[in-house]
Amino acid sequence: MTAIVAGGVDCDLHPAVPHLTSLLPYLDDYWRDQVTTRGMVDLVSQSYPANSPISARPDWRPAQGKPGSRLEDMQAQALDPFEVAYGICNPLYGVQMVFSEDMATAFCRALNDWLAKEWLDRDSRLRGSIVIPVQNVEKSVAEIERCAADKRFVQVLMLVMGDMPLGKRHYWPIYAAAERLGLPIGIHAGSNYHNPPTSVGWGSYHIEDYVAQAQAFQTQLTSLIVEGVFARHPNLKMVMLESGFTWLPPFLWRLHKFWRGIRMETPWVDRAPLEIVRSNIRFSLQPVDAPDDPALLNRLLDHMQSDELLLFSTDYPHWQFDGNDALPKGLSPELVRKIMIDNPLATYGRLRATQEATP
Amino acid sequence: MTRHVIAPVDEFPPGTRKFLEIDGRPIAVFNIKGEFFGLLNRCPHQGASLCEGPLIGLAQSKDPGEIEYTRLGEIIRCPWHGWEFDIRTGQSYCDPRRFRVKAYPAHVEAGAEVVKGPYVAETIKVAVESDYVVVEL
Repeated sequence: MTAIVAGGVDCDLHPAVPHLTSLLPYLDDYWRDQVTTRGMVDLVSQSYPANSPISARPDWRPAQGKPGSRLEDMQAQALDPFEVAYGICNPLYGVQMVFSEDMATAFCRALNDWLAKEWLDRDSRLRGSIVIPVQNVEKSVAEIERCAADKRFVQVLMLVMGDMPLGKRHYWPIYAAAERLGLPIGIHAGSNYHNPPTSVGWGSYHIEDYVAQAQAFQTQLTSLIVEGVFARHPNLKMVMLESGFTWLPPFLWRLHKFWRGIRMETPWVDRAPLEIVRSNIRFSLQPVDAPDDPALLNRLLDHMQSDELLLFSTDYPHWQFDGNDALPKGLSPELVRKIMIDNPLATYGRLRATQEATP
Repeated sequence: MTRHVIAPVDEFPPGTRKFLEIDGRPIAVFNIKGEFFGLLNRCPHQGASLCEGPLIGLAQSKDPGEIEYTRLGEIIRCPWHGWEFDIRTGQSYCDPRRFRVKAYPAHVEAGAEVVKGPYVAETIKVAVESDYVVVEL
């Protein structure tokens, strides 16, 4: 195994909402009554079926309740053993799936307040991502602005598979708000299931959905780059969470090749796509979708042509590795330091600000 | 550098191009609105006959969705992979430092000058009273 360094940043932790009723204290009277009188029980996404092995490591699975639903477990299983200075909480809850813009807005607001009160307030290492009701861009911007007042929110969270390609100008007010407030956009694996999770239709098996996440990330990266999001917002960072990264070099070769031939179609892309990725896009480490052989991994990292792209993550409580082997074999100590400390701090301006304020 | 007389001006109207082989090299000369440009007719990418591609303008943008389209007809686009080259400099748009097609100066000279030499008149018969397109390589 590769040794960790203390004081890193875990960029992808998943605190679980135990139950929809856990959010009741954070809903207004109307929505509290709506949940109880309608008998709404929970918002369950099939992205992580409860009993699927990937949804939780066996030794991280609690006797009762959802994996990742107790702070004490997260502390003992992730924050303490990996000796991180910060852990970024990315709640994956079904709020993006509902079709009502108003319900989504109420639930996102409750979810963000729940995260601040029940997680961020209780462990000073924790930071949060703002979950937004992407169903409505104006409400999303308002929720970003509301939560951004709390500097412990360091990122805006979106799903990789929503209703439309993420580069569309429809979403740009979200990106403008994020850039203005110093928040990267985290794009996490998962779907709102308004579209099939593969580009060719509905598959039959969970493995099809999970493998297809990488294609979704590629399609979104293409969309974000060619639509000109980073031409308009050059200081905006986006972090691909649970995306894998071994597909990046061949994807970029392909995108670069076609950009060279038809770049006049999108002349605002005035830099090669791989330069845009280097300056604006980052990737969480886990799941490492590379072969176990350190030599192969290092060849792949060479192909990525940058040691600034990867950010440490455990993807807690999802089962991506065993024991404390969050870092793949063969990483140099210099690269470990970059992945665990330097790259996350360079990406998350609000973490850097805290770090500088508390020497 | 040798100067090659390739055509009388009045047989080389604006909007046309001529393909030649000079010293074993495939050359194309363009008349763009009365200005003449010579290029090696071989794409530095994969060797296509670059100069058989369409002449387009230069699409640039300062803001997504807003396109400034200038220099109409001064960009040659390779017929194989669509790469753009500046007909004035031979530079590729996508990778100007690594990929450049050889550009040859071309211009008009009076027949009275041309006959003095040292010019290679190719197969052109030079008359003092006419103007000629000359390319240097």
